[in-house]
Amino acid sequence: MSSAAKRALVAPVVDDNPVTLQVLGICSALAVTTALLPSLYMCLALTVVAALANTAVSAIRHVLPGSIRIIVQMTIIASLVIVVDESLKAFAFETSRELSVFVGLIITNCIVLGRTESFASKNPVGLSFLDGIGNGLGYSVILILVASTRELLGAGTLLGYTILPQVAEGGWYNPNGMMLLPPSAFFVIGLIIWAVRTWKAEQVEKPEFRIHEVHRTEAL
Amino acid sequence: MPEPVQKPSGNKETVVRTLLVALVVSLVCSSLVASAAVVLKPRQVANAILDMRRNILEVAGLLDPDVDVDAAFARIEPRVVDLETGAYVDDLDPETFDPADAAKDPERSVEVPADIDVARVGRRAKRALVYLVRENGEVSKIILPVSGYGLWSTMYGFLALEADGNTVADITFYAHGETPGLGDFITKPAWRVLWRGKRAFDPSGEPRLQVIKGRVSEDDPLADYHVDGVSGATLTGNGVTKMMQYWLGEHGYGPYLQSIQRGGST
Repeated sequence: MSSAAKRALVAPVVDDNPVTLQVLGICSALAVTTALLPSLYMCLALTVVAALANTAVSAIRHVLPGSIRIIVQMTIIASLVIVVDESLKAFAFETSRELSVFVGLIITNCIVLGRTESFASKNPVGLSFLDGIGNGLGYSVILILVASTRELLGAGTLLGYTILPQVAEGGWYNPNGMMLLPPSAFFVIGLIIWAVRTWKAEQVEKPEFRIHEVHRTEAL
Repeated sequence: MPEPVQKPSGNKETVVRTLLVALVVSLVCSSLVASAAVVLKPRQVANAILDMRRNILEVAGLLDPDVDVDAAFARIEPRVVDLETGAYVDDLDPETFDPADAAKDPERSVEVPADIDVARVGRRAKRALVYLVRENGEVSKIILPVSGYGLWSTMYGFLALEADGNTVADITFYAHGETPGLGDFITKPAWRVLWRGKRAFDPSGEPRLQVIKGRVSEDDPLADYHVDGVSGATLTGNGVTKMMQYWLGEHGYGPYLQSIQRGGST
């Protein structure tokens, strides 16, 4: 694998993560992360859509007129999402019902359109495919972290299996109901971003301005 | 947003070219979507039927993971009921009767009056499909399809009553779009257990079954009719209450259940 290919695949997982660095795709990260299983399917669906959309857009990048490029990209993404949604209904019936509208909402997920527009429309097909997979993985890592935290602390389970037995069912764990509400995803993502930027200090943005003490002579 | 990435080179930007690309993309995408829908349809329909049967068996307490769903379903007897009179109708084949389809047909459905449409049913078929479980020839359970609006979505489920047409045996929901992890408590076994033995009607025949806020306390005089709610999902719980209010009421299965309670309709 060439270094460019490796970069396209691996960089979005930590160094250029779509959620923590680019802060894209937050909306679905809030909505589907109350439990781990639907999140896993969501990750799979998004990765498939991102990879195929990138491939398709990259393949037609030389013939695609600039004036209609966004609408064409949306059409491709929407078609792929419908196919994925229909396939889930046919092959993963239970989960498709839990995810309900959120699979359809991949159409509006900024990661997919963001990658087709900023990467696939100016890079070769193979590289674009890997970039789609890489960004799907980057999104998945965050989604899985957030969903595991929320399901574990909110319900005491992981993938439906009891890890922390709840008081209501005779155990000792008093679940944190807030973890099941959307704001907790913000907190968890915020903590993850904090952790990542402590580890990778180069991701910290330069402050846009700095407050400094004004010396009396400067003020005059 | 970055600058347009394509270098506007030569003939790529002409009107004809733009229209042509748009046309080809639309054709390819629409045939992709259409063929996916057509190819996957039989599987989706089969899934939906299997799932509905599994839910009916589950609410009837007959679901056995070792037994084939279709084989077990042979024990269930579907019957068509005229909701207005509460009597069984035998001129319709329960195998082919589709209440959801009938609800769309103005001839075979009625508008639910706005003042009693608490569950936001809209239109309902004049006739309903109920499922009977028999034991030694006697009806042991009556399974009623119910639906109503929760927080985000219409929730579809089955309410199973004992042969007296009053005691709740179980409840299931097979389709809903409530919040995962919160509103979906309606499908959790731990919550469904709370319904067992509750009563649908008070002695005067009023439907009283409801999901309350918080836990049902020991000294609640209406504890027989009350089921625990889940905090953070109050509106879903209210939706279930309204669903019960409508479907157990006069415009729902009320007349049918009254005739059951009088010992008729067997």
